[in-house]
Amino acid sequence: MSIEIKTTSVEPIRQTYSHIARRFGEKPATRYQEASYDLEAKTNFHYRPQWDANYELNDERRTAIRMEDWYAVSDPRQFYYGAYVGNRAKMQEQAETSYGFCDKRNLLTRLPEETQKLLLRLMVPLRHVELGANMNNSKIAGEATATTVSQMHIYQAMDRLGIGQYLSRIALMIDGSTGTALDESKGYWMDDELWQPMRKLVEDSLVVQDWFELTLLQNILMDGLMFPLVYHKMDEWLESQGAEDVSMLTEFMRDWYKDTLRWTNAMMKAVAGESDANVAQLQQWVDHWEPQVYSALKPLAEASVGVEALDEARAELSTRLKKVGLQSRGVSA
Amino acid sequence: MAVKNKKLNLKDKYQYLTRDMAWEPTYQKMEDIYPDERFEGIKIVDWSQWEDPFRLTMDAYWKYQAEKEKKLYAIFDAFAQNNGHQNISDARYVNALKLFLSGVSPLEHAAFQGYAKVGRQFSGAGARVACQMQAIDELRHSQTQQHAMSHYNKHFNGLHDAPHMHDRVWFLSVPKSFFDDARTAGPFEFLTAISFSFEYVLTNLLFVPFMSGAAYNGDMATVTFGFSAQSDEARHMTLGLEVIKFILEQHEDNVPIVQRWIDKWFWRGFRLLSLVSMMMDYMLPNKVMSWAEAWEVYYEQNGGALFKDLERYGIRPPKYQDVANDAKHHLSHQLWTTFYQYSQATNFHTWIPEKQEMDWMSEKYPESFDKYYRPRYEYLAKEAAAGHRFYNNTLPQLCQVCQVPTLFTEMGAPTKLSHRQVVHEGERYHFCSEACCEIFEHEPEKYVQAWLPVHQIYQGNCEGADVETVVQKYYHINIGEDNFEYLGSPDHKHWMTIKGQKPADDNQDAA
Repeated sequence: MSIEIKTTSVEPIRQTYSHIARRFGEKPATRYQEASYDLEAKTNFHYRPQWDANYELNDERRTAIRMEDWYAVSDPRQFYYGAYVGNRAKMQEQAETSYGFCDKRNLLTRLPEETQKLLLRLMVPLRHVELGANMNNSKIAGEATATTVSQMHIYQAMDRLGIGQYLSRIALMIDGSTGTALDESKGYWMDDELWQPMRKLVEDSLVVQDWFELTLLQNILMDGLMFPLVYHKMDEWLESQGAEDVSMLTEFMRDWYKDTLRWTNAMMKAVAGESDANVAQLQQWVDHWEPQVYSALKPLAEASVGVEALDEARAELSTRLKKVGLQSRGVSA
Repeated sequence: MAVKNKKLNLKDKYQYLTRDMAWEPTYQKMEDIYPDERFEGIKIVDWSQWEDPFRLTMDAYWKYQAEKEKKLYAIFDAFAQNNGHQNISDARYVNALKLFLSGVSPLEHAAFQGYAKVGRQFSGAGARVACQMQAIDELRHSQTQQHAMSHYNKHFNGLHDAPHMHDRVWFLSVPKSFFDDARTAGPFEFLTAISFSFEYVLTNLLFVPFMSGAAYNGDMATVTFGFSAQSDEARHMTLGLEVIKFILEQHEDNVPIVQRWIDKWFWRGFRLLSLVSMMMDYMLPNKVMSWAEAWEVYYEQNGGALFKDLERYGIRPPKYQDVANDAKHHLSHQLWTTFYQYSQATNFHTWIPEKQEMDWMSEKYPESFDKYYRPRYEYLAKEAAAGHRFYNNTLPQLCQVCQVPTLFTEMGAPTKLSHRQVVHEGERYHFCSEACCEIFEHEPEKYVQAWLPVHQIYQGNCEGADVETVVQKYYHINIGEDNFEYLGSPDHKHWMTIKGQKPADDNQDAA
């Protein structure tokens, strides 16, 4: 038995907006579709940007990648704002429990000083890498044209700020919220030989002009080596150093990276699948950047889990790239 | 590591969680990483003086925003399920939503793009983070507005192709050029334009008419959006105030630059809001307050106090505020009588106000309505009753800067048309006012580029030479559904059916 509530049914005169119906047909649309397709201004711009008069606002020529329709790139997670914050709210709730637990039980302050130093030297400086990733993704969100593309990048930008804040909190837990551990960690980032290739790479990424080159560099190549290396392989190594509790504090990063693989892979597939010219352009960028990313992470791998772990991460990335017809030159076979 | 140092206070802790993640670059030059920070002439001596306008870490942001979204979408669902559109005051109200979705929502999206851009351009990380949060908020607003109005689109005309229309329809070049102007400017002007002049000084004049208008007219979806966006807007307003104070405190050379921007963007915003003034006085069946009253409270009083506060920086009130203050008696009436004539080319309907509405206007506009505007409506009503509903078949002359037809009158002379012209490099340009003319003369190389819809039609760039073709093919306005007079329109007939009344023109047929 079920209870039946009688309601008046009202026939709609149309099922969705015309710009949505032109793409998906005259039928009820999803919230993702109505929030994401053909929202941005496309034509009849009034003035040239004073900061770059070579292009118009929302100009597709701002990247060397050519797409018949940038909306061919969409988000397999179907994240519009509401879905995005809903998902991240759940993730942060879990993270909050872990951080609260760690803090309450003094799990980090109990660690031997040399293990704490290890964290401050090898892990916490990544907060600066996160800020670079935040800046790069904000630039991309401001320059990419289709909303399906630009919104993924603003989510990514805010996520990176969030990850940077989680990493910072690890240090704040160690120093009892005085900031001294963060200062120490920033010193490594600025001056320790170990970090200089990485810092140079991040600074170099901040002057990359082409936004698609930048998303390839940041969200696929850099993250594609860094996240498996740091949050999987180094995580296991830290456990062997008696810092297994830290694992709780980086669960967010592991979940997050897994989540982003879905859209970054889909984006690469759509863009590379578009044309041989796109593949050639992407390959050129991969050839240029991938070895630099590898070299930038090498000192970190050497100082921790070992360079074989980085090679494994590189092989994983290579497999991902191969799926869209790209070669990682650093990997033979 | 023993705790030797003092625990961080909230302010310092937030700085560690935001700007302290930034560093002085040594492998690349500052000016290469931040190439857009200097060309406007604004001098920033020390970014560390930036006061964070709010302290929101991402974990808290996700949490609060997700809670708000959950509540908001529950209302949207309930609204659609229960056909909430049937509970509004009158179907004429929906025309306010048509104006909103085609005129304002695309600006939210442009704001998202603009703030994402400045969220990268500044070398001060504190300012960048605040701008990025506004960027994602603006994306939220653009998307939740699509969802809030989605149900209306299923039951009323004129809402169906808003982004397409925003790029093309003649009067929508008013809001579009406003935001294009801001986005093509440098990062400091963008923030002075949008964060300060618009979000801080003028925002209530947009928010109150639309959101309180929704509340007064039974539109649960839109008013719930309004409540949900309020705390975002509060953040945006604090950013607006911080921006202006920060720039002014950094260097005295910034003062004249900022003053000129305030003069310009106050006026640009005021002209943009003229569309809102007619919506407020004419499109809301249940009136919230008159435009003149709103202007007095939200600009003359609040704005007055603000500019008094900014005096110590050497900032004076916007140059042409007296013209704007004087215009409050006329603005909505001049706009509505113009749009009434051009309903064949708009995605919303117009109509002659009903008798009790005219009486309301006489009361709210004792100095102007009976003397200048009531006779016009009485004449137009007589013509309409005689079967000559008036449509103006010539295209209006648009102002080169604000792009509103040159319909305004001179200050203190409400029957004298305000018009200025300038010859620049052999071409003649027309303006609605001294203020718009002055904006042009300061940056002619920018404003000569304007995509003026009427010029474009005459130049054959809009898929046809006659109004009907342009309206239908180029604008995607469905003729006979989206446009023309409200009385007898499909929306009107549909509403009568919902309310169990016979459509007006059927009655006429019977008689």
